[in-house]
Parts: sequence; C-alpha cells; structure tokens
Amino acid sequence: MRRFGMILPATLLGLLLTAGPTLACGGLIGPNGAVNLLRTTTFAGYHNGMEHYITAFQFAGGGGAFGSITPLPAVPTSVEKGGDWTLQRLIRETSPQLLFAADSVRAAASGGAEELMKVRIDALDITVLRGGAADIGTWASDHGFRLPPDAPEVLDFYAARSQIFLAAAFDADAAAARGQQVGDGTSVHITIPTENPWVPLRILALGKTGSERVDADVFLLTDNAPALLPAPIGTNGIRLDHSAGASEGLLNDLRSDRGMDWVPTSAWLTKVAVDSSASGLSYDLAIDASGAGAPSRVDAGLVLPGGQSMVPGADVARLLLAVLFSLMGVAGIYLMTRYRPSDAIG
Amino acid sequence: MFLDRAVAALGLGIATALGAAVFAGAVARSHEPLVIDLTIHYSRFEPATISVPAGRPVTFVIHNTDPIDHEWIVGDEALHARHRTGTEPVHDARPTEVSIGPLTERRTTVTFAQPGTLTFICHLPGHEAYGMKGTLTITGG
Repeated sequence: MRRFGMILPATLLGLLLTAGPTLACGGLIGPNGAVNLLRTTTFAGYHNGMEHYITAFQFAGGGGAFGSITPLPAVPTSVEKGGDWTLQRLIRETSPQLLFAADSVRAAASGGAEELMKVRIDALDITVLRGGAADIGTWASDHGFRLPPDAPEVLDFYAARSQIFLAAAFDADAAAARGQQVGDGTSVHITIPTENPWVPLRILALGKTGSERVDADVFLLTDNAPALLPAPIGTNGIRLDHSAGASEGLLNDLRSDRGMDWVPTSAWLTKVAVDSSASGLSYDLAIDASGAGAPSRVDAGLVLPGGQSMVPGADVARLLLAVLFSLMGVAGIYLMTRYRPSDAIG
Repeated sequence: MFLDRAVAALGLGIATALGAAVFAGAVARSHEPLVIDLTIHYSRFEPATISVPAGRPVTFVIHNTDPIDHEWIVGDEALHARHRTGTEPVHDARPTEVSIGPLTERRTTVTFAQPGTLTFICHLPGHEAYGMKGTLTITGG
C-alpha cells in the first residue's frame, strides 16, 4: 500500500472535449466556445483509514462536453453522488459572512489505461483509471479530451507516485436537458482506503501558465489536528485559514447529509486556502492525521518514492558537487596568490 | 620503358577515376537529405535551436514522446500569425506544417531555398505560450 494516501482534491483540469468543432491551430476552444467547467470547494475527510473526498462540478453554461482528470492515491471503494449541503455548510462554518462565496478555480482539464470503475452521476460520466502518464494521456485523447500542454509533465509527476486517476466527463447538453442552471453543481463523493489523507494541489495549476493565479479552498476533517507539508505559512502559496476542533453543530449537520454517516462525533477542522501563481504551485499537500507529526515528503511531491528529488534544480548530489568544485577553485586561487617565485628561490 | 609508361597511365587513370568518384559522391551527398532528429518532450522542442544549409534537402524526424497531440509548423512571422487564429485541426498537406500524434513519429523533408531565420511553433491551444517554439537558422550552404 503506498504511503500517500488520499485523495485528491481538487482540481481538475479542464480538458476540452472535441464533441463539436474542434480546436485547431490557433485559438481554442470547445464546442460553442463558451462552456466552462468550474472547480469550486473541495473537502477531504479522514476517519478509520478512509479518505472521503467530496468535490463539486459546477455548470457554467454552454453546450457540448467537458471534463477533468484527477490523480488519486489509491483505488476508491466507491464513487457516488455527494451530499447536498456538505460543502456549503463547511464554507458557512469557516466564512459565515461569505455564505455562497465559492472560489471558482477553473477546471482545466491511453489506450493502455485500465478502466477500474465507471459511474454516471447526473450529467457526469466518471471513470476510475489505472495507468502511467502515457496511458492516461492516450485514454483522454481517445475519449475526446484535449489535454493542456503541461499535462505530460504533470501526469508524470503524479504517475511516479500513484497510477490511479479519476476522469470526469461533463456533458453540458445533458446538464441543460436535466434542467441544470448555470451555477448548479454536481457533488461527487469518493471513498478511498489510505494510510493518510493527501490532497493534490499541483494539478490545480494544470492548464495555467506563469503568473496565472490558482485560488482554491481545501477543507480537512481529521480525528486529530493534522501536520501539513508544506506548512501553510502563506508566503509559499498556501495559507492556514482555520484550524480548530469541529463544533458539534457542524458535525451533526455534516452527518445528516447524504453519504456522510461516517462523520465521527469528535474531529478537527482545517481550512487551507490556496493562493498561488501557477508556476509556484509545484507541490501537493501531505497530511499526517495520525498525530505523529510526520507528513510524507513523497506525498508532498518533493521527492520520489526512492528518495530522488522531484524539484528541478534541487538535486542535492549535484548541488554538493558544484559546491565542492567551487571550493576547490577558491582553494586553488588562494594557493596561487600565496605562492611567490621569490619564495621558491629562497 | 613501355612498362613504365603503362604503369604511369594506369596510375593516372585510377587517380582520375577516384577523383571523379569522389566528386560524384560529393555532388550526390549534397542532394541527399540532411537528417535532423527533433524530440518533443513535456511540450518542448529539443533541440530548440537548429541550423541547416540552404539549398539542401533536410529531413526532420520528429519524435513526439508526449501522450498529447502536437504540431511542428515552420515559417516566418506572417505564417505564424495566420496559424495563431487558424482552424485546421490537422496538418499534413505541406512539408513545413506537420501534426504529430501522441507517442508517434513523423518525417518531413524540406529544402529551404534562401538563407535566413525562421521559427517553428506548435499552434495547438496554449502550446506556444507554454514555450513550445524554436529557431531554425538557414545558412548560406
């Protein structure tokens, strides 16, 4: 069982689907050119070795089909329609004055991929996949998704640690036929057995470049106060907005929602706000919910399972080698300046 | 005496033949395509700077190691301006405009008549902004 655990949160990539006239060279975009799949708030609860990941796909208008891909730490035991008010209730708990202030991260978006599970939830077709980056990319292409240019590197980043992904295809035409209005969301509840919760953050930047901003809210509900890596200190793109024992009223409200009977009678509520440039969001959020205070560097995406650095330019061995050669050069210069012909002559 | 002249004539003949062969080979090689390997990895061209001679056919072997579609379109700024707002989903009619499918390889042979500097760019949405472009310098030959 891989050490990192859980789920994913957030993000997705907005992939464009080629259900209609397609993208070609030059400008984008999808069917009718106006469809957007927006990503809103996500919730990762962890109890009894299970991560419960809940996210919502918001219908932003338009037609055709769009989708997203989310990395998962392990094969989920279930993917089902999420509760009706869990996300809204969490927002109210931590930001009462912003009752409906969803942060709206844009959802962005292989033949060798193995389809482990297929579920239809409202206008969403969800498929759980197992495969490497090439497999997932090929599967996406075969199913009409057009991945953004950073997808190959991002998929590799995740596949090096877990080869489980969740693809969600959103049929905007079906959503409209169901009477869904712009702004309506479909929440999805994914249950994953794992040793520790995990929230993929880097994928939130998928499809964005340079200084484009990534804004998202991630709620965590754990048995104990969690240790987080990277620490949400604010200057690194993630900020701790709330950290306190969950109120009895919140837990009761959450427990009364659909599929939320797993919520314990006592828990710790954490809210992490992501406010980063796309290029700065090169890591995930590792969580140690056990109380041991040792979140995994692998889960955070800082090192590969074998210990190799995943951060370009942070190869410790090469860095040490460079320092060594620099010191040798400085020592050589020093010796040359110390040596004088007259000294040798005597 | 005769033998000396015969040997000299034979040597001259061989030397002439060899010279002609070398010259012919050189001429032939100048018409053989120069092969340039170009790799696409993580939506970047590698190498991103290429130099080729004018007047000689150049075969570009483009390896797409990414699991997504890419394009290799080479030309001047006017051509790229058209492609930035173009609508062709696939390029396969011109040797200077090639679509490369996920995890595939494409070959295209081009002869650049005049020295100069061109750029090659992938014009799929977002790819140029991501940095998927390079420079092709055509030398005097």
